[in-house]
Amino acid sequence: MTKLITRAIGAPLDRIDGPKKVTGTATYSYEHLPEGVAYVFPIRSTIAKGRILSIDASAASALPGVITVLSHENAPRLASLDNADLAVLQSAAVAYYGQFVAAVVAETIEIARQAAGLVVVHYEEQAHDVELRDDHSSLYKPARVNPNFETDTASGDVEAALASAAFSLDQIYTTPTYHTNPLEPHTTVAMWNDDGVTLYDANQGAQRIRDTVASTFGLSPERVRVISPYVGGAFGSKAFPHPHVILAVMAAQVVERPVKLALTRQQMFTAVGYRTPTIQRIHLAADRDGRLTAIAHDVVEQTSTIREFAEQTAVATRMMYAAANRRTTHRLARLDVPVPTIMRAPGEAPGMFALESAMDEMAIVCGLDPVEFRILNEPEVDPTSGRPFSSRGLVACLREGAERFGWQQRSSTPRMRRAGRWLIGSGVAASTYPARQRASTALARVDHEGNYSVLLAASDMGTGAWTALTQIAADALEVPLERVHIEIGDSRLPLAPIAGGSMGTSSWGTAIVEAARKLRTRLHDEYGGVVPPEGLEEIGEVGDNPEAQNFSMHSYGAQFAEVRVNIDTGEVRVPRLFGVFAVGRIINAKTARSQLLGGMTMGLSMALHEESILDPRFGDYVNHDFAEYHIATNADVGEVDVSWIDEDDAYINPMGAKGIGEVGIVGTAAAIANAVYNATGIRIRDLPITLDKLL
Amino acid sequence: MNPFRYERATDASSAIAALVQAPTAAFLGGGTNLVDLMKLGVAQPDLLIDVSRLPFNRIELLPNGGVRIGAAVRNSELAADRTIRAHYPMLAQALLSGASGQLRNLATTGGNLLQRTRCVYFQDVSKPCNKRVPGSGCPAREGYHRSLAILGASEACIATHPSDMAVALAALDAVVRVLGPNGERAIPLVNFHRLPSDEPQRDTVLEHGELITAIDLPDLPFAAHSRYRKVRDRASYAFALVSVAAALDVADGVVQDVRIALGGVAHAPWRAWKAEAALRGKPATEETFRRAAEAELADAQPLPGNAFKVPLARNTLVRTLLELIEEAQ
Repeated sequence: MTKLITRAIGAPLDRIDGPKKVTGTATYSYEHLPEGVAYVFPIRSTIAKGRILSIDASAASALPGVITVLSHENAPRLASLDNADLAVLQSAAVAYYGQFVAAVVAETIEIARQAAGLVVVHYEEQAHDVELRDDHSSLYKPARVNPNFETDTASGDVEAALASAAFSLDQIYTTPTYHTNPLEPHTTVAMWNDDGVTLYDANQGAQRIRDTVASTFGLSPERVRVISPYVGGAFGSKAFPHPHVILAVMAAQVVERPVKLALTRQQMFTAVGYRTPTIQRIHLAADRDGRLTAIAHDVVEQTSTIREFAEQTAVATRMMYAAANRRTTHRLARLDVPVPTIMRAPGEAPGMFALESAMDEMAIVCGLDPVEFRILNEPEVDPTSGRPFSSRGLVACLREGAERFGWQQRSSTPRMRRAGRWLIGSGVAASTYPARQRASTALARVDHEGNYSVLLAASDMGTGAWTALTQIAADALEVPLERVHIEIGDSRLPLAPIAGGSMGTSSWGTAIVEAARKLRTRLHDEYGGVVPPEGLEEIGEVGDNPEAQNFSMHSYGAQFAEVRVNIDTGEVRVPRLFGVFAVGRIINAKTARSQLLGGMTMGLSMALHEESILDPRFGDYVNHDFAEYHIATNADVGEVDVSWIDEDDAYINPMGAKGIGEVGIVGTAAAIANAVYNATGIRIRDLPITLDKLL
Repeated sequence: MNPFRYERATDASSAIAALVQAPTAAFLGGGTNLVDLMKLGVAQPDLLIDVSRLPFNRIELLPNGGVRIGAAVRNSELAADRTIRAHYPMLAQALLSGASGQLRNLATTGGNLLQRTRCVYFQDVSKPCNKRVPGSGCPAREGYHRSLAILGASEACIATHPSDMAVALAALDAVVRVLGPNGERAIPLVNFHRLPSDEPQRDTVLEHGELITAIDLPDLPFAAHSRYRKVRDRASYAFALVSVAAALDVADGVVQDVRIALGGVAHAPWRAWKAEAALRGKPATEETFRRAAEAELADAQPLPGNAFKVPLARNTLVRTLLELIEEAQ
């Protein structure tokens, strides 16, 4: 793989979209105001399972300003019902609490919302089943787990290894339901014209929205355009289209006017996915020296009755540590709940909470320091696939992190450090995330004045892609940053994958490098370096990384946490988090730091605060706002320090860069839980770590 | 959200007269709670009478040594007031522990007292709630009630009052001054909020048309030595699981006088009369404090999801009193 010579790459460049955002001139989707626009307000089911018997929209329809009330009784038929969750208003069946059963279209958002409150829906309610249990009768083995991993893996004989082990551990860890809660709600503005439909939409990939809208409405993809240059956070919830997108397009079609739809915060708790709760059982076995002989990770989680999503919770366990006998399994319960989706390191975030908590417990069982225990069990090759690692910096991260965090000052015995009424403890956990790449294209163009443009349908949901891609393009084109202009966030731009799975920069960047290489070559070979008057352009096209067949490719990190637990109240504070990461080459030192820091903050939030409370009698998430669904506030976040080691990965991509969007989230919760144990002697295996568990 | 009319009051008596004539009208202060409830469909006033600009925006010293706080004084102004900070620190601390900076800049003293419960079922019109729709039932008792009451609740309702400020005011023997169609009356704060009994829809003893004009604080010299301790599920921007407002007067190791109120435990700010009685004249020791806390919490009727509040309230009260002693030394 030809490596890029870097000049702009690595610099702590300010966000090029920053000034627009802080001055309010970056136009987000809902801020578009097409002439003649009408407003859509969805009406959600108030039962978890059953059928709509009748809908009385008379009072709503009589309200001045109401244009129409849509329901399954009058909604146009969709061309494709393949995705049952997107079959909006197509039948009387209700599959989960909060499913869209009707919608008001009105002249103003206020009228639409008022009218929505006047629509009366009568149901035939059926008994629902919304509670996940590890002995649930509907548990089944999905064909694959997200995005396309084997459901189960097994090698050796775990039971025999456990039976003959010097040390063993068998524990269950649980994580609750989480909702993504980006600050910007999900919004869609839809406008039909003779050519088709145009959407301003908040998403993680305009082309995926385009393709789904096209197939759902039976349009060719060219007749759908999705424009999404600025997105106010997503965390997985804007990767796949959700019902509101279909509803907006349908409403605009029916009223023959542009429409706007923005979900309320409360609606976002049922309409745009969430992370499944997990029940994870971990078995570990080790010999007298503390070398692991068996690792088993058996996961129970949920999906909906109308569409499967299988989170890949145990996948990281397949390659984290060496052991001859191994097993991972995933079983799903089909419940009368909304459809789960990807969220902030799907799989790794909940799975590594369990594995890294278990590793801490096992280190104690074996009488070893948790850092040394992990290093002792470092594998030479990927223990499941047998492939060598393209690079693996876990040990270096653990060593450097321990040194800089001051790990030696920690007492291995709990409850030994105290300041006033606060018990102090420290914990460590490993983090990891796959380093993947998807097929992408990019177009590189130069005009006769030497101005370069790079175009592709990439997405910046707040991560810094605008800036990082400009840096990659400048180095790939071998021109100064000022000469490069990027265009992203529009489905009409050249084909590119979504921002997700921490593979955006890797995929898009590789395509940009290829487009730039072709453009430079042609400019040199055919034009002697002189740009012709009409300019010149080249498309770069790359597939999946072929080296992925030869190597196991992942990011790694080590996270260290210091916690304080109040003796009287059980309140937990995290004065210090320190993360060291091995993520290849850093594209932008400033945005990278922000992403890793943000990831660790999400991990802290997962450890201490976040939990969606399902009331099983209704099947609804009852803490559905920011006052009740707690996300860490500034006051909860102490000193967070981020560092990375120099890592030269020759196989990953021309930039040598691994994705950093999610690795920072992984392991933080376990590091904090392990620190809480060190402080108090109380092991919390069920997140979040709330004060009542420590009283 | 339903359409409503908005009027800005020019003087108190006409505001009251207008409200009396409109049975479903409401006074508007900062609107930080009422407007949210209107968006959710929980509150549906057809007329808002904005009283935030009436001339009740001053903090004055009273001839008897007390302080009068105008009902329109913003929470942030009250928290920053030098007199309040010096003579009633628990009140300033309580204010600063509530909501966020932005909300405190808007929220008024009068409005703060009239906040409604944050019980999740009350705030969701798709669910039953006896406080919102009398007789519809209380799903919280057998549902999600982590933040709800352990003291003074009824079969009909286990809501908690969300205010921090009111807890400090309850401890300080504050008096709520109210103007109504029949003139003025003064209501001790400890009698202002109701327990739910079989009428949980009524949070306070205010009658329709009555307007809070001020809150009076009595002269209470030992309140200069007081504190407010709030325990919650995150470090900021969360309602109290348990809070303690306490002022302690100790001489020669003996409790001379004490004021204690608990927050997050009941439908009203909970004045800890039993704990106070158990402390007066007793040695100021951890043991006495613990017995006093246990006396107050002996009547607690926790539910499975909030049973932790009993030891949490006990520990927080004991520790707050001990810290007041340490601080004095």
